[in-house]
Amino acid sequence: MGSDPRTEVRRRSRGAAAIVGAADLVSPTGELDGSTRRLEAQAIQAALDDAGLTMADVDGIFACTGGTFMPSIELAEYLGVQPSWTDATQTGGSSFEVLCEHAAAAIALGHCDVAVIVYAATPKSSFKKGGPGFGGGAQRAAALAGPVSPMVEWELPFGMRAPMGAYALAASRHMAMFGTTPEQLARIAVSTREWATMNPRARLRDPITIADVLASPYEASPLHKLDCCLVTDGAGAVVLTSAERAADCAKGGVFVLGTGTSHTHSMISAMPDLTVTAGAVSGPRAFDMAGITAADVDVLETYDSFTITVLLALEDLGFCAKGEGGPYVADGRLGPGGARPANTNGGGLAYTHPGMYGMFLLVEAVRQLRGECGPRQVPGAEIAVAHGCGGVLSSTSTVVLGTEATR
Amino acid sequence: MSGADPGPRRRFEPPVGDSGEPFWAATRDQRFVLPWCRRCGRAHWYPRERCPHCGGMDIDWREAEGRGLVHAVSVMPKPALPMMAEMVPYTVALVELADGPRMMTNIVADDPWAVAVGDPVVLIWEPLSDGRHLPVFRLEG
Ligand SMILES: [Zn+2]
Repeated sequence: MGSDPRTEVRRRSRGAAAIVGAADLVSPTGELDGSTRRLEAQAIQAALDDAGLTMADVDGIFACTGGTFMPSIELAEYLGVQPSWTDATQTGGSSFEVLCEHAAAAIALGHCDVAVIVYAATPKSSFKKGGPGFGGGAQRAAALAGPVSPMVEWELPFGMRAPMGAYALAASRHMAMFGTTPEQLARIAVSTREWATMNPRARLRDPITIADVLASPYEASPLHKLDCCLVTDGAGAVVLTSAERAADCAKGGVFVLGTGTSHTHSMISAMPDLTVTAGAVSGPRAFDMAGITAADVDVLETYDSFTITVLLALEDLGFCAKGEGGPYVADGRLGPGGARPANTNGGGLAYTHPGMYGMFLLVEAVRQLRGECGPRQVPGAEIAVAHGCGGVLSSTSTVVLGTEATR
Repeated sequence: MSGADPGPRRRFEPPVGDSGEPFWAATRDQRFVLPWCRRCGRAHWYPRERCPHCGGMDIDWREAEGRGLVHAVSVMPKPALPMMAEMVPYTVALVELADGPRMMTNIVADDPWAVAVGDPVVLIWEPLSDGRHLPVFRLEG
C-alpha cells in the first residue's frame, strides 16, 4: 500500500477537512416521534448549532435515504438549499463513512465549503404501525418490487433469514477455519454492553454475561439473538468544513486524517472469501493516508450489526492477525478499561440501530475526540477510527479522525 | 415427477431472470447445468452473460457434477417467509461445487444441526409448481 504512488496524492488532503458539528437523536425507548424528514431537519439543525454555523452556510448536501429516488435533491429542496456538491451514494450501513470521505475530498478540492451528512429512520415505530420495518421484510419487499434480481432468483428460494443468515454463514466459515467459538463472539456483545451501562441514552443498559448470550435463542445459527443488533428509530447528522474554517467554529474541528472504501460483493453467496471483508482494503488505505498504524488508534468505533462483523473488522483492520479475532477479544479488551476500547456508546448491539448505523460511529468518534463522553470517555483519546460495514459484509469504509494535535 | 401435484407451495418459487433461462429449462428434466466460459474454461455462479473471471461473452451451458462440499452452513430456527413455517428448522448453506463455483442452497437432512462445514453433499431435486425443479443437496452416503 505504501508503494502506491496515489497514496502520496491522497496524503495531500490529510487533515484538510474537519467534522465541526455532530448530533444524534435516539431514545432509550427506541422510538422517536415525527416523520423521518422532520427528524433529518432536527438532526441537521442540531449539528449546525453544535458547529456554530447556519443553514445559509451549507453548500454540500449528502443524503442517501429519505424521500424517494433522488434523496439529496429532495432533501435540499425541503431545506431550501442550493448546493454546489450533491451526493446520494448508497452502500448500506457504511454509507455515512463513504459520504464523509466524499465530503472531505470535495472540501479539500474546493467543490464545497460546508457539507451536511444526514440520516434518519424509524423502523421500530413504523413496524408498530404495520410497516415493513427494516431488514428482511423491507429488503424483500424492495427486491420483489423491481425487475428480477440475482438475489430474488438465486438466494430467496432457499429461505435465508436476512440479514442475519448471511452473517451466520460467515461466522460458520470463520469457526470452521480458525476454531473461533460462540463464547468468543459472545464476549464482544458482553464488552459492548458494558459500555452501554455507562450511557444513559442507550436502548439496552443492563449488563449481560456470555451465558446470557449463549442462552438467547438462535436467530440463525451460530448467531444468537444477543449476537444481533437492535432495531430502533434514530437520526444523526454531521457537518464538515475546511480546516481553516474549522478554527472559527464553536468547538473547533475533528480532522479527517485518512479515508478508504471498498466493496467485494452484493449477495453473501458471491462473497469471495467469507472470512475476509473489504475492510482488508479500506482499512489499510485509510491508515496509509493518515500515516498511522492500528497501534496508534485510541478509540475504535466499528460497525456491530452482529458480533461477527466486529471480529472480522478487528482482523481486517490489522488489530490482530487473520483468524486470531476470537482469542483477541476473549479477555474483554474491547470493553471499558480494556486495551482496545471499541463501540464506546454501546454500539448497534445496545445503543441504537435504525438499519444503517454508520452515522452513529462518526458521532461517537467525534464526541470521544472532543472529550464529551463523561463516564465512558476514553482518557486522552487523540485518534479515533469509524469503520462502517454495509450490505451483507459487502461494503466497508474506514475514516480516521484526529484532534488538532494529530494534524 | 411430471404431472404430480407438489401440493401447496412451501417456498418462494424463483422468477426467471435475464441469464437464468437455460438453467431453469434444464431443471425440467432434472439436469444440472452450469454456465462455462469458452474463453477461460471456467464455470461461474450465479449465471451471467459475461464471465466474471475473464470478461468473455461466449457462455456454454454444460452438464455439471452435482456434488460438492459444505462451505458454510446456518440453521434457520424461524422461517424466512411465512410459507416456509413447516420446514423449520432447516439449513441454508453455501456449497462449493466440484466444478468450482459456490452456490446457495439447502442441505436436506434429518438433523439439520448436524450438518457441518466440509461435509460432502450430492444434489437432489425439489419439484416446483410449474415443472421446474430447485437444486438442493443432501449429505453424501
Ligand atoms: Zn472466462
